[in-house]
Amino acid sequence: MSLIEITEVRKSFGSTEVLKGINLDVQPGEVIAIIGKSGSGKSTLLRCINGLEMISGGSISVAGAQLLDDQLHLKTLRLKVGMIFQQFNLFPHLTVGGNVILSQTVVKKTAKPAAEAMARRMLDRVGLGHKFDAYPDELSGGQQQRVAIARALAMEPIALLCDEITSALDPELVAEVLAVVRELAAEGMTLLMVTHEMKFARDVCSRVVFMHQGRVHEIGPPDAVFSNPQTPELKQFLGVH
Amino acid sequence: MTEFTLWDILRNLLLATRWTIVLSLVSFVGGGLVGLLLLFLRISAHKAVRIFARCYIELFQGTPLLMQLFIAFFGLGLLGVDVPAWLAAGLALILWTAAFLAEIWRGCVEAIAKGQWEASASLGMGRLQQMRYVILPQAMKIAVPPTVGFSVQVVKGTALTSIIGFVELSKAGTVVTNATFQPFTVYGLVALIYFALCWPLSRSSQMLERKLNVAHRNH
Repeated sequence: MSLIEITEVRKSFGSTEVLKGINLDVQPGEVIAIIGKSGSGKSTLLRCINGLEMISGGSISVAGAQLLDDQLHLKTLRLKVGMIFQQFNLFPHLTVGGNVILSQTVVKKTAKPAAEAMARRMLDRVGLGHKFDAYPDELSGGQQQRVAIARALAMEPIALLCDEITSALDPELVAEVLAVVRELAAEGMTLLMVTHEMKFARDVCSRVVFMHQGRVHEIGPPDAVFSNPQTPELKQFLGVH
Repeated sequence: MTEFTLWDILRNLLLATRWTIVLSLVSFVGGGLVGLLLLFLRISAHKAVRIFARCYIELFQGTPLLMQLFIAFFGLGLLGVDVPAWLAAGLALILWTAAFLAEIWRGCVEAIAKGQWEASASLGMGRLQQMRYVILPQAMKIAVPPTVGFSVQVVKGTALTSIIGFVELSKAGTVVTNATFQPFTVYGLVALIYFALCWPLSRSSQMLERKLNVAHRNH
């Protein structure tokens, strides 16, 4: 059975239909890159998976948890998928440690010492154990994004959604974040990432989804998609003629 | 005819100032609590609740405080409820303060970046948890200066309660003037006392604004 099942998903903002019937099944441990022009609906698709946007039609389920518009279902779903954002969105009033501890104690009711131990483990995992007591504004963008990853991992999700997580970073900081993601992929974490890092997608991903005008236009293993694009839209997007 | 010294006048005014201070504190604290409740209603997930809070706020912001005092004092009296002046004054000021504070605070909550809501929601937090642990701690920082600034309006608002017969600083000014026939001296002193109450508040509002701005320089 697939881990994430996206079936005939439609999404409209007002009269504009952004997603026009998306079907995508993701197996456990798969790493999926979603590529496409801006406005193709790739970020919206990602945001629909954990209910940040409500879908207008179709269905989404993650490990059996259905996406439904009520607090209880949303919480169940969000405990299964973590999300990492382009703008990091760390809580600026809390320390790095506090950021990683908060949702564990508040949402999962984990006891403080256990939550702190988990936070330290996750921060070590992204190489930032020594920044436990620092505040987010004392960190570089790359470090902030790694904290955001640790914060999501501390909730022990089965899958992670990454929404252009390196797009707001200075070029020299991209590598450190991608290295963390690469490690996660190697450890078997299921990942769905909207990305512009084509080389990374090619190296790490099991499948690449090319979205165009609200539809999955082409899908396949990275070698096929990048080396042998079938449609003129993908060829144009990749710059091959 | 009795001669009044300046000290006689000032002493009586200062005694009445106590009531201005008490009424201000009651209005501000009471208004703060009701205002917090209104804030939650105003940004509730339910549309009907939001509309109710908005109507309340519009009503109290869109009518003069004086009318609200009259209605609390005379209106309830007409219904056969005997409302003493202090109760009507306190009630009207609390409700009035709440409307303004709720709207000030709503602005502060909405100033928090949308990403903070999205990140905390993605971690599984419910709406109240988001407010309590993520949004309000940040919103409070921006809310302090305008809130303290608004307290000046509350202090000055208490002057209106003299019209329904509550004896605070302004009412005492009228009484003392009637006895001394020295309106300029008396009201001059009344004004100075109000200034002495309000100026530290507006000053601290400015200072807090500068200080808190430094504290979240990067956000």
